[in-house]
Amino acid sequence: MAGPMKMRATLGGGGTAAAYTDVRVLMTHPMTTAQSNQPLHFIQNVTVKQNGKTMVEAQISQAVSRNPVFTFRLKGGAKGDKIEVSWLDNKGETNSIETAVA
Amino acid sequence: MNKIRRTLLGATAALLLFKPFAALAAAWNKDAFAAKTPQDALKGIGAGDVAASKDLVIEAPQIAENGAVVPIEISSAIPGTTSIAVVIEKNPFPLAAQFDFENGALPYVKLNVKMNETSDVRVVATAGGRRYAATKEIKVTIGGCGG
Repeated sequence: MAGPMKMRATLGGGGTAAAYTDVRVLMTHPMTTAQSNQPLHFIQNVTVKQNGKTMVEAQISQAVSRNPVFTFRLKGGAKGDKIEVSWLDNKGETNSIETAVA
Repeated sequence: MNKIRRTLLGATAALLLFKPFAALAAAWNKDAFAAKTPQDALKGIGAGDVAASKDLVIEAPQIAENGAVVPIEISSAIPGTTSIAVVIEKNPFPLAAQFDFENGALPYVKLNVKMNETSDVRVVATAGGRRYAATKEIKVTIGGCGG
């Protein structure tokens, strides 16, 4: 079953002005393949937004591991920025998570 | 008569039900993901002709003990990189993922993939309409596509 997500967004790159925002996100999902004896069930689309603006649009396949973990980097950024990640799978199930940059 | 009416009503209801769903469904390159050879997968993403680039870096273990979870970190130093695709040449369906970067996302991604067997992993970046590629072989001791 597809389950909850976890996300952490931090400022990276050192110095006073952040070079980038590091976004780590975990999705609970079986990601079953055509090779297993289970029904094909995998995430197809992942979208990353910063303050409502789309930053990364990913198309993924069943070759991504179970309970996918992704790290993305967004240029610059500041404390309190809203980061939102959502996914959509081949069965039309969807989930999303929002967090503020720490 | 009544039966036709029912059918029509049903069809309309189905359309109404599915409309928001269709709006939600983002683009997914079905042809490229269904390709069974790396050549077809590359063609599917429009990358028939690629130039090798040293500015495209793949960080991954040389030997992955567990093919079900192979960590791969990709970063591109090619100016204006807008997209990164990952093709695992010997997987049943080679195209694993494609990332499009917009509005100031850095051309960087770290993900875990499944690998059926030891294979070359090819990464294709798009920058300014041109395609660049880098390849790294990852050895797998236990395949991970049954999971």
